[in-house]
Amino acid sequence: MLSAIIFLPLIGAVVIALLPRDSVRGPKWVAALFSAASLVVSLVMFYQYNRAADGPQFVERYLWMPTLNIQYYLGVDGLNLPMVVLTTLLTFLAILGSWNPIKFRLKEYYALLLLLELGILGVFSSLDMLMFFLFWEVELIPMYLLISIWGPAPERREYAALKFVLYTVFGSALMLVGILTLYFNSTPHTFDMMVLRQSSLPAIVQTIAFIFLFVAFAIKLPVFPLHTWLPWAHVEAPTAVSVLLAGVLLKMGGYGMFRLCYSLLPDAAKQFAIVIAVLAVINILYGAIVSMVQDDLKKLVAFSSVSHMGYVLLGLAAMNHLSLSGAALQMFTHGTITGLMFLLVGGVYEKTHTRSIARMGGLAPMMPWLAIFWVMAGLASLGLPGMSGFVAEFLVFLGAYQAPGMAVYTVLGAAGIVVTAAYILWMLQRVFFGPVKSGMEHVQDAKGLDLVPLFVLMAVVLLVGIYPAILTDIIGPGVEPIINKIGPAMAVALR
Amino acid sequence: MLIAPEISLVCLGLLVLVLDLVKTPRGRAWTAEPGETQGAWLGYISLFGLAAPSILVMVNAGRNDVSFAGMFVQDPLALFFKVAFLVAAALVILASIDYLPRLRVPAGEFYALLLWATAGLMLMVSSRELITVYVSLELATISLALLSGFHRSDAKSVESGLKYVLLSAIASATLLYGMAMFYGLTGTTHLEGIARGLSSGSPAALFGIVLLAAGFGFKIAAVPFHMWVPDVYEGAPTPITAFLSVASKAAGFALVVRVFTLGLGPMSATWPMVFAVLAVLTMTVGNIVAMRQDNIKRLLAYSSITQAGYAIAALAAATVASYASLSFFLFAYAFTNLGAFLVIMAFARQNGSDEISAYSGLARRSPVLSLALTLCLLSLAGIPPMVGFASKMYLFWTIFQAGWLWLVIIGLLNSAASIYYYLRVIRTMYLAEPIAGSQPVSLAPSTGIAMFVAVAGVLVIGVLPWPLMSFAQYAASSLAK
Repeated sequence: MLSAIIFLPLIGAVVIALLPRDSVRGPKWVAALFSAASLVVSLVMFYQYNRAADGPQFVERYLWMPTLNIQYYLGVDGLNLPMVVLTTLLTFLAILGSWNPIKFRLKEYYALLLLLELGILGVFSSLDMLMFFLFWEVELIPMYLLISIWGPAPERREYAALKFVLYTVFGSALMLVGILTLYFNSTPHTFDMMVLRQSSLPAIVQTIAFIFLFVAFAIKLPVFPLHTWLPWAHVEAPTAVSVLLAGVLLKMGGYGMFRLCYSLLPDAAKQFAIVIAVLAVINILYGAIVSMVQDDLKKLVAFSSVSHMGYVLLGLAAMNHLSLSGAALQMFTHGTITGLMFLLVGGVYEKTHTRSIARMGGLAPMMPWLAIFWVMAGLASLGLPGMSGFVAEFLVFLGAYQAPGMAVYTVLGAAGIVVTAAYILWMLQRVFFGPVKSGMEHVQDAKGLDLVPLFVLMAVVLLVGIYPAILTDIIGPGVEPIINKIGPAMAVALR
Repeated sequence: MLIAPEISLVCLGLLVLVLDLVKTPRGRAWTAEPGETQGAWLGYISLFGLAAPSILVMVNAGRNDVSFAGMFVQDPLALFFKVAFLVAAALVILASIDYLPRLRVPAGEFYALLLWATAGLMLMVSSRELITVYVSLELATISLALLSGFHRSDAKSVESGLKYVLLSAIASATLLYGMAMFYGLTGTTHLEGIARGLSSGSPAALFGIVLLAAGFGFKIAAVPFHMWVPDVYEGAPTPITAFLSVASKAAGFALVVRVFTLGLGPMSATWPMVFAVLAVLTMTVGNIVAMRQDNIKRLLAYSSITQAGYAIAALAAATVASYASLSFFLFAYAFTNLGAFLVIMAFARQNGSDEISAYSGLARRSPVLSLALTLCLLSLAGIPPMVGFASKMYLFWTIFQAGWLWLVIIGLLNSAASIYYYLRVIRTMYLAEPIAGSQPVSLAPSTGIAMFVAVAGVLVIGVLPWPLMSFAQYAASSLAK
């Protein structure tokens, strides 16, 4: 079933490639169809997932390169099942969100989007380190082309795309070194993540591999100071691509940290816990403060992503059951919330033709739907109880506060919530409320198809916010193997 | 008889030459109009004639024998590379069939020289004795030098031929000097005899190694012996560039492997570090200069220098596994580079330009062609699922296994940096505006078939690499002692 989820987009991309050159409706419908198919299968898998069982499920395992001991090994457990569902959901919604805005070279756009989905799904489903790396590389070129061809600003989009690729590719080089280090220092030599999870590696190997892998994932998460590609890539990408970039690609970094740095190398992780906590706090506060001073709405949301991923990092640094569950949940919830926010930015941009907050004002009466969704998304982003963001952040803070030596970082991180509230509420006030700015009197509201992704994402945010057990029942057991490896002294029960 | 494939190749070349002499009206070659498929029939004869050496090579497969008093060997390593050369030659001949009429050159001599160059390369990988090495090297080099300068009316081609001749002469002289060193030390030119007679650490032997490395370094385009590569690759007719970059380089590597493992075993403490340093220099210099190129043939020339750098790192690792990965890498590289050059050939045939800027907007006019070039360039950059990813993975895996961590790190960082200049070409094709009045590139059938085979190889071997990997391991098994 996992292979079906991963490769349905590929079939879709091939079908799109075979369509007549100038077809306009063909690529859209084919892309929507195949991504919807992937989504349905992933939801079926979500429903059929056995929450009580141990170990990965829906496993598919074949030997791919016998010489190098590389397996085609897919499986879902508590960590990656939410991510797979998030990916299929956001890709389908991104395709719906691209329906009206993208107006040229449609075949290439939708084919590349589907190939991107393939790469990301492969990353989340792989339980073999080298397959993980392989799929990680697959998402590079579609992303480069998507940003550099369809980005809204012709003078900046190629720079943004190139920066993204070069940063990622250097991270990949370091990642491969880390992976090979793990392979050649394990007995027996294996790329199998599940086997490596059971084995214990010598401390020096753990430290070296941890550093290489952490830096590689830190570029993706992103962690200050390796984050400078993010404002460029997020802002210069077309709306739907930004949704995927912020909603899913950043989570690849977080997931990589969970799956490789923390599951396999917990002793090294303990060693670096303080460093990582400091970096997390910097992320949270720096991202929030910089968001405050942004005039470009899209850049504001981009930096807020940096800030929210800091919560993931904080949860990782604390390394107990609560904080890790919170961090994993935050990856999902932030994906939905930030996906929603980027769609909203795109919606506002389509109607007002500007992203500058200074030029917008009092838009609520003219675009009630967008205003409603913006306010709700903003409240979700700042962690209002009842929305999913609150559950994740609360779990992270609760767990991190209880971890030895982490209390001060938790308090600083919680201060980030205050700054978040500040920039969100201030932005909402400036853009939607107050006097109507000149030039904004005749803007239209989003309607029809543009509203569908907004409703769906908001529904997910509220669902997880009101009934978080739907996800935490899966994430909790998924995080346990990490806890078991660290030792019972740091474990705190979830329920 | 073991040497039958090479003999049949030489005879095929002679046949093509004679047929051209007899059948083509006197003086016709130099007055043919571009576009006429003059000489195509000779190309098809050469192509289908390649069946004879191929069958003979297959007949000899599985054998591990020496002949000619130990000077000639037919073992798995030789088999692997001979197959590679024949595949490369077939694809290059297919491509030349469409490319030659534009050049107005005598087709018979072209194909004959190409076949003789292939024969020389095949002899190179089967040699176990220094003089045989030298003679076969010269056979291949002289044929290729003539081919590089074949397009007499183009100053660049003549320059490339001249440069190749002069620089290869110096390289051959250096090589001979090194060989003489070893003859003087051991009294024999047979590689096994040299290994027996050699005691490690004598300064003369060290000097000999340096000279050999320099001489072979020319062939495999190692820095600092790489200066000929950009000019020769840019000026030579593109099918010859393709052949040079793929087959001649692979033969050079096979030769280095053979000579160093068979003949210089006792000194195996010294030469890995030499190769490691050469590898780092080659990768880095190739990468840095490639970033500034505006001509696509020069870009691919520097890219091939960089790729040679990764391969030299496998030489530094000096284990049987690393030689297996090297063989796989070179075979996969053959498909990738040939695919890229085939697209360049098709493009130049129509638009007459090799500048990257001429490729602007190609994706809009010829989507299939630009996709083919994109896949080959991404394979060179090491992006999955193309074969370049598997071959680099295999290469760095074996180098890491041999304990060269720092070499792996430098190699991977270089590989990451190289994506910049491959993306530049892809960017020009997909992002830039098409030049006004440009037409879609028309693809002649034979070039189309060759391109399909190359790109199919890139994709299929990329997704299912283990058959070729087992073949490569079988090839390297002949090096296990």
